[in-house]
Amino acid sequence: MNAKFLRLAALFLFVGSLAFGQGDPAVIKIVSSLPRTGSARGQTDTIVNGIKMALEEAGDKVAGFVIKYEDLDDATAAAGQWTAEKESANADQAIKDPDVMVYIGTYNSGAAKVSMPKLNQAGLLMISPANTWPGLTKPGKGDQGEPEKYRPSGKINYTRVVPADDIQGVVSADWAKKLGHAKVFILDDREVYGKGIADLFHARADEIGLKVLGHEGIDAQAQEFKPLMTKVKATGPTLIYFGGTTQTKAGQLVKDMLAVGLDAKFMCPDGCFEDAFIDSAGADNVQDRALVTFGGLPPEKLTGKGADFVANYQKKYGKMPEGYAVYGYECGKVALEAITRANKKDRDAIRGAALSIKNFTKGALGKWSFDKNGDTSLRTMSGNTVKGGKFAFMAVLGEE
Amino acid sequence: MIFLQQLINGLTTGTLFALIAIGYTMVYGIIELINFAHGDLFMLGAFLALTLVSAMGLENAGPGAAAAGIVLTFVICMIFCAGLNFAQDRIVYRPLRGAPKLTPLVSAIGVSFVFMGIGQIWKGVADINFPDVLPNKNLLGTESLRFTVKDLLVILVTVPLMAALTVFVRFTKLGKAMRATAQNPIASRLMGIDVDRVIGWTFAIGGLLAGAASVIYGLTINTVSFQMGYQNGLYAFTAAVLGGIGNLPGAMLGGIVIGLVRSLGSQYVGEQWTSALVFGILILLLVFRPSGLLGARTREKV
Repeated sequence: MNAKFLRLAALFLFVGSLAFGQGDPAVIKIVSSLPRTGSARGQTDTIVNGIKMALEEAGDKVAGFVIKYEDLDDATAAAGQWTAEKESANADQAIKDPDVMVYIGTYNSGAAKVSMPKLNQAGLLMISPANTWPGLTKPGKGDQGEPEKYRPSGKINYTRVVPADDIQGVVSADWAKKLGHAKVFILDDREVYGKGIADLFHARADEIGLKVLGHEGIDAQAQEFKPLMTKVKATGPTLIYFGGTTQTKAGQLVKDMLAVGLDAKFMCPDGCFEDAFIDSAGADNVQDRALVTFGGLPPEKLTGKGADFVANYQKKYGKMPEGYAVYGYECGKVALEAITRANKKDRDAIRGAALSIKNFTKGALGKWSFDKNGDTSLRTMSGNTVKGGKFAFMAVLGEE
Repeated sequence: MIFLQQLINGLTTGTLFALIAIGYTMVYGIIELINFAHGDLFMLGAFLALTLVSAMGLENAGPGAAAAGIVLTFVICMIFCAGLNFAQDRIVYRPLRGAPKLTPLVSAIGVSFVFMGIGQIWKGVADINFPDVLPNKNLLGTESLRFTVKDLLVILVTVPLMAALTVFVRFTKLGKAMRATAQNPIASRLMGIDVDRVIGWTFAIGGLLAGAASVIYGLTINTVSFQMGYQNGLYAFTAAVLGGIGNLPGAMLGGIVIGLVRSLGSQYVGEQWTSALVFGILILLLVFRPSGLLGARTREKV
């Protein structure tokens, strides 16, 4: 009886130590939280491939630690996109796992708002390959209380390797003017990302004398926009700027613009820089008509280490990487660099090490630094159009 | 001029809503069931149309071949939706005929989810481009007012269909049986009407119109997705209620009113308020005319 009880107690202790212990001291886990189900799947596949490539190139080892990678999904099939519940659960899971030292994510700025305060209190380093809402990091560029409300611990744990929208909105307006457009109509999808960037575009357009004929929010649940486009057409724009994404009906807007006989260009931000946009709009409709800005150079324009990355990616996966792949790769490289610099398995040390990264050249994006807010110093963007059903590079933006 | 243009926009989308609304209103009229799966039936019809149009390569076909292909697509999709709606009644609702009203209603929501799931597996979750088969050519001489081939198609298909339906319900034997069943199923049965057969036909006709609407939708709006049934179904159902649920001309009128409210609202109030406007008008109307625009005033049985 007594022996049996002891054995049982020992078993409980053993199981308990597995569940609540310090994990394996030689293993460091990196997790990513991205929408892996639904319409963003194509982009996140390519990001995950990029992360995996970065880790594999290091032989899944760094500074004496074995690196394990876990690919979490913050979307559900029912919603077709990220949900707050799922993102929140992913953050909790990462915080409770003592081996997790780096959290790569999120894809959607709205999702980052959910997980940032949690991960901040846990002191866990976050690296985002795709968030562009300025308020996540920049004081005074977002809503009231941003970004302080994401930093309850007072320390900064969030970094991103893409330029934020305060740059993209401005650069887009400048580009529109440079292309010779004088009259623009602005639409947005009334979401954090879309409206944010459209407002920035609007402000910049006023500044540089690009005439804004009107600015309206759309109902992204609506199925067609012919009445809206009829109204837009009557104002006589040569360009429509849409602050929104493929998921908030960018494709349908292009179609209805053509359906009412409005022959204008259609400019949209990086939320439309994916093949799904061309698929939903119809390749012929966006040919030479869509103008899509993207926070970096398209894969085929990368040079040096970037070109090597593209070549390796093609060799490994048998196709061209989509726009965000290189940012996934960069996130992986930053994670490894932070662990190397910290040289110990400690969340706070790794967090501090990442923010100290300056003049980083180990990735594929060239030389850049993190500023005091955790933003990249990169400001280079590209302007693209569509030719033959594929994105075609047009111009480098925002360099001067 | 812009007012006229918005009228055309509103009328074309409105008749499309009307076509779907008829399916809701007919089924409600006869068995007092709000068939929530109707919008998703419409979605599956559009997916089938997309499959057919792509398979036949209509996008690059000549005008003659394209016209023949479109007619064929209409026929197949209408039969498909009619059959599916009939089967749905036979398998799901008929065994529940004697059950309390809430049971078939909840089943309808279930069927709606099943259809949506099928759509999701069939074509995925992203919006899909429906090939542009019809030319986007303006048929009017002036550039300031547009009435395109697509707008013409909507009118050419919906108006005869609605006229045919009205004639059918009013003058044929089966139509008479439908009206009788709607009025009093038990008395109809006593008079020798095969009520279950009549209900089956009602579902089939509702499906037929949804099938036609789905092809028109694909050809004129040019985007399909597995969620399209929900939004369009919601508007169509609203149209049915607005016109007086159970009332055929009411559903047609309701659809057109909603189309016009949407287009004129977008022009004169603001695009983001169009949905709020539609439902605001619905609420106002129901306060003052609870039975809808053309609904008969039914006396509560005490």
